[in-house]
Amino acid sequence: MKQSGAVGRLATLRLLAQRFAFVSLVVAAFALMILGKADIVLIERTRTAVSDAIAPMLDAISRPAATIAEISESIRELANLRAENARLKQENLRLQHWQTVARRLDAENTVLHDHLNVVPDPDPAFITARVIGDLGSAFGHSMLLNAGQHDGVRKGQAVLSGESLIGYIAEVGDRSSRLLLLTDINAKIPVLVENSRTRAILSGDNKARPKLNYVAGNPSISVGDRVITAASGAAFPPGLPIGIIASTAEGVIRVEPFVRRHELEYVAVVDFGLGGILPFEKPAMPERRRRGTDSGAGN
Amino acid sequence: MKPSVWVRMDTWVRHLIPVGVTLTLLLLTAIPTRIPGLSGVIPMLPLMGVYYWAIYRPDLLPAWSAFMIGLLYDIIGGTPLGVNALVLLAVQGIAAGQRRFFLGKSFMVAWWAFGLLAAAAAGTNWLLVTVLYAQALDASPVIFDYLLTMGLFPLLTWTLARTQMAFLKEV
Repeated sequence: MKQSGAVGRLATLRLLAQRFAFVSLVVAAFALMILGKADIVLIERTRTAVSDAIAPMLDAISRPAATIAEISESIRELANLRAENARLKQENLRLQHWQTVARRLDAENTVLHDHLNVVPDPDPAFITARVIGDLGSAFGHSMLLNAGQHDGVRKGQAVLSGESLIGYIAEVGDRSSRLLLLTDINAKIPVLVENSRTRAILSGDNKARPKLNYVAGNPSISVGDRVITAASGAAFPPGLPIGIIASTAEGVIRVEPFVRRHELEYVAVVDFGLGGILPFEKPAMPERRRRGTDSGAGN
Repeated sequence: MKPSVWVRMDTWVRHLIPVGVTLTLLLLTAIPTRIPGLSGVIPMLPLMGVYYWAIYRPDLLPAWSAFMIGLLYDIIGGTPLGVNALVLLAVQGIAAGQRRFFLGKSFMVAWWAFGLLAAAAAGTNWLLVTVLYAQALDASPVIFDYLLTMGLFPLLTWTLARTQMAFLKEV
């Protein structure tokens, strides 16, 4: 009788311990959220260390997935071969016209450069990285890349696909890094509307088409205008193409990026050498400015 | 008689299977699918893993494993640290607490209960991220994720049940 009482007490105690452990884990989760909000260096280091550790695994399993995607892509391409051909013929006609114009302008530009003794832009160095992790779009638009500090990737560097800007590096580990897409809710980039030279900030909101905020002056922005990066903030070199204005309804201007996220497999992380003149990390991402970068940040 | 070293090791490895399977589900969700229109919609597979094991083998996927899987989820997905940890922890706690209700019930009941729990989980997730970013997020991808998750639930439960039968029937 007495023994069963002791067993009962032990069971109660164990239950209590379990409850206590559960509650402490809940508290720990909330603590992590608050610490993460404070942008502490230690949290970021932990994040990058863990992504480094799982990057090889993700890299390995994303390869067969890429092959499957390629096969399904080619099947789809076969299905609309005719329509695609007709479209390409039309586009080719238009581009031939553009080529003539571009050649003339190029020649003119060369002459003008010579006249004005323009200092040419330096050729940027770039690293090609593979997208190895993508956890969907519900809570953020970012991707893991299989290149890190070891390969020369630095925080704040621009990431391009083809010629267009798709985002920038937000976190760098040793062998992996996180690409923050333009469409992410945390991405904010100084841009220029090409035709009117209107300055604005392109801010993502987790939708496929990011918004144009803080439009300077009194703009005459119309659908179809090209949007390119601006030099302000020294974040990115000016003139990288981003997308075109997709809609201007109800005072909200939305931009359709040139590159869709499902098309991304290999991307170029580009070092435009701006870091040599300016401390690249700090002005690049004003929204990720740290409050405790100096001593005692991890305490 | 004490079991031999090999038997104990075998048991030990088998006991790692629930956590291992759930981690695999997490890695599967992280694969870039590159399907137009579908690249943003990702089923909540780790949630299903946690739910299943919390009901059928809560001893092998305890609260702290759910917490760790959630943390890893946050790190891979780039969500604020602690959000998925909290959500998976809560799902584990609720499912394991109510497991007596599920044992011996039909599959439809499990599906229905998962529907409620997953909706609550997705809602909490959305709310936490919205509060942490101090900006209202677009809810439509969350709803699509949820619907896809519900659609995949039978298939995944079947797979997990087969796994359990194959490896954890006696241990």
